[in-house]
Amino acid sequence: MSKKNPNMLGNSTATRVQAGLKKRYAKERRFRFYGVLAITLSLLFLSFLFINISSKGYTAFQQTFIQIEVYLDENSIDPEGSRDSNTLSSANYGGLVKSSLRSLFPDVKKRKDKKKLYKLISSGATFQLRDMVMNDPTLIGTTTRMWVPADDDYDMLMKGHIDRTLPEDERRLKDQEVAWFDHLIENDQVKKSFNITFFTAGDSREPELAGIWGALVGSLLTLFITLIICFPLGVATAVYLEEFAPQNRWTDLIEVNINNLAAVPSIIFGLLGLAIFINVFHLPRSAPILGGLVLALMTLPTIIIASRTALKSVPPSIRQASLAIGASKMQTIMYHVLPLAMPGMLTGTIIGMAQALGETAPLLMIGMVAFIVDIPAGVTDPATVLPVQIFLWADSPERAFVEKTSAAIMVLLAFLITMNSLAIFLRKRFEKRW
Amino acid sequence: MQTTTLILLLLAFSVIAYQFGKRRSLVIVSGKVKELHSLPSYYGYLTAIWCGIPALIIFGLWSAFESTIITHLVVSHLPETLQNLSSNRLSLFINDIKNLANGGIISGEVDAVTTAAAEHYNNLRYISNAALTVFVLGIAIACAAFTAKSISKEKRARNEVEFAIKVFLIICSTIAIFTTLGIVLSVLFEAIRFFRVVPITEFLFSAEWSPQMAIREDQVGSSGAFGSIPLFTGTLLITVIAMCIAVPIGLMSALYLTEYATPKFRTVAKPLLEILAGVPTVVYGFFAALTVAPMIRDYGAFLGLDVSSESALAAGIVMGIMIIPFVSSLSDDVINAVPQSLRDGAYGMGATKSETIRKVIIPAALPGIVGGVLLAVSRAIGETMIVVMAAGLAANLTANPLETVTTVTVQIVTLLVGDQEFDSPKTMAAFALGLVLFIITLTLNFIALYIVRKYREQYD
Repeated sequence: MSKKNPNMLGNSTATRVQAGLKKRYAKERRFRFYGVLAITLSLLFLSFLFINISSKGYTAFQQTFIQIEVYLDENSIDPEGSRDSNTLSSANYGGLVKSSLRSLFPDVKKRKDKKKLYKLISSGATFQLRDMVMNDPTLIGTTTRMWVPADDDYDMLMKGHIDRTLPEDERRLKDQEVAWFDHLIENDQVKKSFNITFFTAGDSREPELAGIWGALVGSLLTLFITLIICFPLGVATAVYLEEFAPQNRWTDLIEVNINNLAAVPSIIFGLLGLAIFINVFHLPRSAPILGGLVLALMTLPTIIIASRTALKSVPPSIRQASLAIGASKMQTIMYHVLPLAMPGMLTGTIIGMAQALGETAPLLMIGMVAFIVDIPAGVTDPATVLPVQIFLWADSPERAFVEKTSAAIMVLLAFLITMNSLAIFLRKRFEKRW
Repeated sequence: MQTTTLILLLLAFSVIAYQFGKRRSLVIVSGKVKELHSLPSYYGYLTAIWCGIPALIIFGLWSAFESTIITHLVVSHLPETLQNLSSNRLSLFINDIKNLANGGIISGEVDAVTTAAAEHYNNLRYISNAALTVFVLGIAIACAAFTAKSISKEKRARNEVEFAIKVFLIICSTIAIFTTLGIVLSVLFEAIRFFRVVPITEFLFSAEWSPQMAIREDQVGSSGAFGSIPLFTGTLLITVIAMCIAVPIGLMSALYLTEYATPKFRTVAKPLLEILAGVPTVVYGFFAALTVAPMIRDYGAFLGLDVSSESALAAGIVMGIMIIPFVSSLSDDVINAVPQSLRDGAYGMGATKSETIRKVIIPAALPGIVGGVLLAVSRAIGETMIVVMAAGLAANLTANPLETVTTVTVQIVTLLVGDQEFDSPKTMAAFALGLVLFIITLTLNFIALYIVRKYREQYD
């Protein structure tokens, strides 16, 4: 009996455990699977996002050009032969381009068809021709061949974004227009080449003439203002709070404020910029100086928090050693603590700047959504920034702007990834363990 | 003189003052540095500070008040009849004078009075500018000279310089407070003006939102209704959808990465996840509007559902994706903070890993996780670009995720982008919405931080 009982008890427990074990292991595997699933899903989202954007955008790095032959008629450009730059710049180049198109397709007679024919090439061709003549007036009177950008619809056709098999009335380009273009292709008068315009031009209503250079310069100017405001301010605040501040209500208030600011939605900073910087201080609207100011206030908490962490990680022994040989507290911080904490501060700053580079919402509030063609020359010029340019293009109805938007996003992401890798590199390079 | 030139000049003066002060301190002790109280460079810094700072302060004050004083002087020289104009008309007239003085286009006729006033204005500006230049540079030189003269062996230059630096540090640290103050003031004042026109009860409790205001008296159908309920329900709907995506995925990823994954996998997967947080929101907006929304619409049509092309679902899903890394990194921190002894105890009792996680780790980390989720919620509520690009403009009071809704941030953007006069209820409504948004997100953050902090005290 005494032997049997524990055995029986053990048996029953063992069977119960055995029976439950399978279930428990299955549960374990399921749980683990959910974890893998979650990570896979998020990575899938990430890759889907990147693949989606780049598959839409890579075609924007190429552009379709059409070769035309223009007779630079002296009578219409410069009838008096003065070669005066005013006369040259105001001549009717559009007419010359049109007549060259007419001579390409002599059988187009109807007014309506002619109008369509003129739309074969971009309106930028006129200016290209003008610049060419103004650079080299000896061309007048000769016939020159030149490559001009095709209109965005033909560019789309060339890149296969317009389906030729669709019924004619569902297509942007009618049969006749497609036939013209095919004729040009047969005669080797169409080529695709690298789209320099995209990197050198400002914004434009014509997709084939639009570029990101203006927005890029605007972004750089804005970031420059942001950096020169928020880096010194952030570091100074961190140094004060970490090294000098007494523990009292005032410093508590400052700390609570900094933490709160980090959590305020970015659009609220736009409201601040609108109400205070524009309506009270009358700073110029849409200017990088204003955008930089708003972004600086937004980035400040990030930099302060990172800088404080960096200062905290400098061991007290270094401070004590410096104090022991007679340095003042300020000298200790200036010559020993700050240099050691600087890599950490820089890393935080780069991350903050990367956030500022991608930020859009507050800039909409302060008027940086204006359509601006010119490349900004200074911090008070009206400008737009890269994310806002993306926002504006994403709103455009033309099909061709979809690829431009995606390409601009690729450029923006490339910048962000570079900045973040730089931050990681800096952290790895200067990471010290004491 | 141009502002920038003047500031550059002051900077150059300060550099010279530094050299001068340093040299003078050396001259006093005839080269024997150890007789000085401070290092020679501190005497230089002191002189430079005294050269630059007072002059800069005067320059700032002068620039701030210059325009008001000059305008006042110009007005006091105008004929009586003009001075007695109503304040609105007068400010218009002053604007004209300024425009004329700057060579711009003015609204009215260019008459003798305006021309004279413009000339007077230009004269005053010229005089003020010249006086400012002389005064500021004079102050700079005088202060620097006085400081240099006061240099002696006993002068405690280092202490004074350090005091100045400390004052600078303190001023910098107050910027955060001023920013908060600026935010509160900017939204509060406009919101109060708005609530004078539209009663606060209507704003908070009415369910109709159509912010079009009549431009002309006799215009039909544009009376304007400012009930914000549909905006808040819309925001809530999108936030709930986003949380349904972000919380399970974010939490499970964090659990897997902390409890199951090998260190090698973790070092690869974690930064990859964090890329999701670094992608600009405008990119997500584009992605939502051009890829996700049509996909959902087509899929809905395939199932026979009528899905709006600007459905709340599309915006919510993409926002959820954006927030995943936020949830996961916050829960990662709190899960890591759960002491190993708790895990070991559970394993010792024979629990499997998943049982330990569910019965021990999650309950222990729960306050932290809840805090993290609340922070994520406040981020979703304040998120702008995704909803501006992917959600609609129509204020619909609906709980159907397939319909189009609008959110608070969308309305703020649409009310304020473009040319608007700043005293119409339409623009002021945006600030009222901003105020509510600010209050909601701050409250959520306070609660979240409170929960997180309270939790932390249990194990420390």
